[in-house]
Amino acid sequence: MSSTALADGTATSSAGWWRRNQRQLAPWLFIAPGAFMFLIYVIIPIFESIWISFYDWDGIGAATWIGLANYVELWSDYAFYTSLYNNVLWLVFYMLAVPFGLFVALFLNQTVVGIRLYKSLFFFPFVISQVVVGLVFAWFYDPSFGLLNLVLGWFGLGPVAILADDRFVTYGIIAAGLWPQTAYCMILYLTGLNAVDPEQIEAGRLDGAKGWRMLWFIVLPQLRPATFIAVVVTVIGALRSFDLVSIMTDGGPYGSSRVLAFYMYEQALGEYGFRMGYGAAIAVVLFLIMMIYISGFLWHMWRAERDGR
Amino acid sequence: MNRTMALALASLFALSPALARELVINTDTSDPAPKAAMERLMEGFKAENPEVEIVWNNFDHEGYKTAIRNFLTAEPPDIAGWYAGNRMAPYVNAGLFEPVTDVWEAEGLHDTLASAASAMEMNGEKWGVPYTYYQWGIYYRPDIFAEHGIEVPTTWDELKAASATLQENGVTPFAIGTKALWPTGGWFDYLNLRVNGYEHHMDLTAGKIPYTDDSVRAVFDKWEELVEPGYFLANHAAYDWQEAVPFFVNGDAAMYLMGNFAVDLFRQGGLSDDQIGFMQFPVIDPSVPMAEDAPTDTLHIPSGASNKEDAKAFLAYLARADVQSEMNALLGQLPVNKDATVPDDEILAQGFVMLSNAHALAQFYDRDAPAEMAKAGMEGFQEFMVRPENRDRILDRLENVRSRVY
Repeated sequence: MSSTALADGTATSSAGWWRRNQRQLAPWLFIAPGAFMFLIYVIIPIFESIWISFYDWDGIGAATWIGLANYVELWSDYAFYTSLYNNVLWLVFYMLAVPFGLFVALFLNQTVVGIRLYKSLFFFPFVISQVVVGLVFAWFYDPSFGLLNLVLGWFGLGPVAILADDRFVTYGIIAAGLWPQTAYCMILYLTGLNAVDPEQIEAGRLDGAKGWRMLWFIVLPQLRPATFIAVVVTVIGALRSFDLVSIMTDGGPYGSSRVLAFYMYEQALGEYGFRMGYGAAIAVVLFLIMMIYISGFLWHMWRAERDGR
Repeated sequence: MNRTMALALASLFALSPALARELVINTDTSDPAPKAAMERLMEGFKAENPEVEIVWNNFDHEGYKTAIRNFLTAEPPDIAGWYAGNRMAPYVNAGLFEPVTDVWEAEGLHDTLASAASAMEMNGEKWGVPYTYYQWGIYYRPDIFAEHGIEVPTTWDELKAASATLQENGVTPFAIGTKALWPTGGWFDYLNLRVNGYEHHMDLTAGKIPYTDDSVRAVFDKWEELVEPGYFLANHAAYDWQEAVPFFVNGDAAMYLMGNFAVDLFRQGGLSDDQIGFMQFPVIDPSVPMAEDAPTDTLHIPSGASNKEDAKAFLAYLARADVQSEMNALLGQLPVNKDATVPDDEILAQGFVMLSNAHALAQFYDRDAPAEMAKAGMEGFQEFMVRPENRDRILDRLENVRSRVY
């Protein structure tokens, strides 16, 4: 009998402790699995990459500490600057996906028969794999049988080998990338348009706003959250552009379509690469560039949350 | 219940001895002909060694190049396919390959595989067994040559004259697809082997000669004589080597500097045997002895292999003359064993004579030069073939890479 009393006593006290701290503990418990995964797959690898970037290591042999030598080499590496420049081009021209997506969304934001079907068709390129997009565009650009050169031929323009010409190649790949990215931005704006307040539209209309002014002063401000997300995903997408480059040109011709993510892969894991340290150094630079945007994003979120209260 | 138990036990007992003699083989023979040859090899070995159970992992040819690094360190098989020359250096130096000098001595391979012996040697040991190699050279269209009254060129001037005639008649002289970069290495190899010779080429790929040296500039001078008039297929940087084959097959291009593996594709494309000719790369400097490119495919034993005994028996079997004859008949390539028979094929026979009389055999630019140098080099070659005016910048860059790599 005394033993049961004892058991009851501990049970109530532990339950009491749980009840008292439940509100504080529950969020942490819910976050724990995600945080654990994030730690293992994101945080630790970031520090590991930084650590590896100080070594000369081929991935299988012994690693030698070389300090900042990888970064010094990056400083005078022409291929690194080509990649960096191409990344800037990506950042600038990939942004076109945002206005394109907005206009497609405005265009599709109407009620006619079969609009769901049209919406799905416009969304289609985002669903198919980037590899397929790359292949389709590579064929489209093909100098001997591609559709593009067929059409150019009708206007008497000579064949252009977009993907074999260092002047056009990066733009050609970005154009391919815009196709699915526009669809993505379109979806973001379509959901945003659903939340546009019809009363404000009505009020605007009574005050005589229409066309561009309606869009600029009434609709766009209400789409700010959608625009923000669209810009962020497009920036991140531009910085991590890899699959299209790999599929369409493999970085060529003579490395003129490389971007940082691809150059990192080439150096660390490619057929002739296996310079883990050097690849890691490129990754660190890419990470720092992304960090600018990520901190901007976090700051924006934090500010929005503070103002929201 | 009892019966399933008994069955499980029985299968366990039946499996365990087989497991003890399991031989795991990883290869990159994903193309039809190499795959058939590899299958034939394994069947033959099994027929003679029924107690050995072979487990074969056949990888995609391109994917294998990255996969090998993972499986050699993580889960080494008993046999792994790879290539001779400098290409195996990273694994030899990292201690991931097992020396097989004892197999070479026991089977007398120093004699029978003499032609590839130097390419298999590193640090005084042999590191694998070669089973096939193939010639590089210029494949041409005899019918197109006849149509325009062109004789098969044997000198540089004749080659240029033939190219000029072809171009006048609206035929591109040389098909090439440089998207994957390595086809440019074949051109550089041959131009350097003909202008400066084998010894220079080996010194260059071993990093002993600067790329800004006048001897290397001389190679690019010759190359420019073909690039400048537009003798190479336009937009070649947009094509893989296979994608350039249709130009050759359709008669839009008349010559193709390639390895013998391309013949299979020419035939599949619909060319008959009298539409495919083979010529040795012409003489440029008559005082330079003729050396050729002849890449060799090999099998190795990883140092982490669990069944090295059977693996060595397998390599000994692979080195045999009758086995190599049979495999190479399926591969359409040349056996390394000197007692093996060359497959009955006119182009191969021609290649065999050429290689037997060669001053020396190079492996290929990306197998002779270390990976990093090869990558930068072939990228530079491609750029030169598109923008010859950038030559000095390219050579400076290559020299930069050379001074860092070696």
